[in-house]
Amino acid sequence: MNAKTRTKTKTSNATRKDLSKEDALRMYTQMVRIRTFEDNANQLYLAGKMQGLTHMYSGEEAVAVGICEALNDNDRITSTHRGHGHCVAKGANYKEMFCELLGKEEGYCRGKGGSMHIADQSHGNLGANAIVGGSMGIATGSALRAKLLGQDDVTVCFFGDGATAQGLLYEVMNMAALWNLPVIYACENNGYSEYTKTEEIAAGSITARAEAFGIEAFSIDGQDVLGVNELSRKLVARCRNGEGPFFVELMTYRYHGHHVGDINREYYRSKKEEADWKENRDPIIRFRGWLVEQGIATEEEIETLNEQIKQDAKEAVAYAEAAAYPDAAEVDMHVYAETDTATLQAGN
Amino acid sequence: MREITLSQAVNEALAEEMRRDPTTFILGEDVAEAGTPFKVLSGLVEEFGTERVIDTPISEPGFVGLAVGAALTGARPIVDLMFGDFIYLVMDQLCNQAAKQQYMSGGKLSVPMVLRTNLGATRRSGAQHSQSLHVLVAHIPGLKVALPSSAYEAKGLMKTAIRDNNPVVIIEDKLMYQDKAPVPEEEYLIPFGEANIKREGTDITLIGTSSMVQVAEAAAKILEAEGISAEVIDPRTIVPLDEETLLKSVRKTSRAIVIDEGHQNYGITGEIASRLNEKAFYYLDAPVLRMGAMDVPVPFSPVLEDLTVPTPEGVAENARRLCAGEMIHAA
Ligand SMILES: Cc1ncc(C[n+]2csc(CCOP(=O)(O)OP(=O)(O)O)c2C)c(N)n1
Ligand SMILES: [Mg+2]
Repeated sequence: MNAKTRTKTKTSNATRKDLSKEDALRMYTQMVRIRTFEDNANQLYLAGKMQGLTHMYSGEEAVAVGICEALNDNDRITSTHRGHGHCVAKGANYKEMFCELLGKEEGYCRGKGGSMHIADQSHGNLGANAIVGGSMGIATGSALRAKLLGQDDVTVCFFGDGATAQGLLYEVMNMAALWNLPVIYACENNGYSEYTKTEEIAAGSITARAEAFGIEAFSIDGQDVLGVNELSRKLVARCRNGEGPFFVELMTYRYHGHHVGDINREYYRSKKEEADWKENRDPIIRFRGWLVEQGIATEEEIETLNEQIKQDAKEAVAYAEAAAYPDAAEVDMHVYAETDTATLQAGN
Repeated sequence: MREITLSQAVNEALAEEMRRDPTTFILGEDVAEAGTPFKVLSGLVEEFGTERVIDTPISEPGFVGLAVGAALTGARPIVDLMFGDFIYLVMDQLCNQAAKQQYMSGGKLSVPMVLRTNLGATRRSGAQHSQSLHVLVAHIPGLKVALPSSAYEAKGLMKTAIRDNNPVVIIEDKLMYQDKAPVPEEEYLIPFGEANIKREGTDITLIGTSSMVQVAEAAAKILEAEGISAEVIDPRTIVPLDEETLLKSVRKTSRAIVIDEGHQNYGITGEIASRLNEKAFYYLDAPVLRMGAMDVPVPFSPVLEDLTVPTPEGVAENARRLCAGEMIHAA
């Protein structure tokens, strides 16, 4: 972790008066849905039922959920190669997601996107992106569109610590700051880009880079869903009020390897370090404790909820496994969008 | 009919479409008050304001990325890339981000944006301001590529590009900005994928793109004086390509030269020639000849630069030899 990073907001597990019981339970549910989704995706991969490249979000749930719970369906996000968590948090269904991961016709993208390109337009998820940093322009452009067309939605751009090395970030932050765009840059600092520690690839402070553009920047505990959500709500409201952009660095950790095939990783990351994050800072365990402590849910209720989610996942996986692949005729469909021929006539 | 310059034609197309659709806007370097270094956009900011004619920092990947995001979420951005040579800087945004959204999303996301830029050597601008790089984008499924060859095409194709629901790269010949051509006052659009037969002929087909349409026409005039009848065709869009019109012509003339200002190696000329060979082989009396720009970086020295692009005399010479039954091959 970058020791030099300043912490502007307190990480709070304190009471949140603006948070209803339903909101709190939904945040918990969404975090468990992400973890459960990833457990199943991992199994599908290990069992040889899922092909290709996939990156697990487990461990980082509080980031996606804390932020997305501050957004509505009209707000947009751009996601990354580690995108299942963002997709679930923004409201996607298990069934279409598992279908997409398995390349099935009923997937969100008819199987053409896969894990690294899953998009769910119905909930404002503009899509995962397999180019590290590739969606920074898209997110900022979405915010530019909102401003130009007088729409009040906010766009959140998720990216990793490794992506801060892409020049695109600095080009678009400059424009976002010049034009006060309603975009929040959410840097998920999980300490690594692939097999390299962040401190080896990032000079100076990450937040200071945003501050250099006059962008208000925060560095917070990404394992504390309440803290993440509290800050996100404030920043989203300020964005809607024309005060954007903002930059948030969220200190977090990925439990799995960089991708599902990254099993033996002690050469770059110790088991001790992994155990420390899992045992002492897990966002789900922490929030569960808070829910019980606050009397929002009993241990029993939480267990029931967990079981229900497991069951949902199981059913969705079974559904996706049995679902049909796209017809071969689809291979050259959707290369170009249709344009209504009437639109192309003079006088129209 | 009135005559206006290619520059005015582009300007008119943009103004008309921006009046028609409030979700359109222009984004690029020095596009507002300056109206671009080529002055193509002069006056637009007065009508549409700096909100819709937006001066950006010198951040090509950044502002092309912004256009992709704006297009994905309901606007119709028109990006101005000052020189075609800068397309290398924006390849990820164009080819990985814009081009694939429709496909990767299974038809759910679309990117209705226009990237307008230019091509063309012999302006003494050196190797990094003279390239004709349309082949790079033409190679990528999901992008459409239009190459206007006169003011008339520039206007009609631009209007179609803006209304099309896909990312369209429209590349103007920067040496033609001041060239005048008849352009109707009434509104018109030129559909994509419809080649234009500029001149009918019976002995040989000269297929020229963009700047090379004029070269082909001039060559046809030279040939006419010698009794060789050349048909000149301008595909107008290379993606989509109107193969039918080209094939029909070649089946009639049984000879063809493809002329394009991009480098000859692995170029547009090779692609079109190969399609003609595949689909009209048994009608041909001679191999289809490619004439692209020389495979060298564009030199500054005017004497050298002029050697790198096809000329009317060069095209006429090759046509003459093909018609005489000589076995020749591309340089
Ligand atoms: C432009 C580009 N370069 C390299 C890669 C290969 N790659 C995939 S993920 C990754 C690391 C990204 O690290 P970070 O941004 O911190 O995200 P994390 O994986 O930690 O979530 C790399 C180098 C890529 N996909 N795109
Ligand atoms: Mg990382």
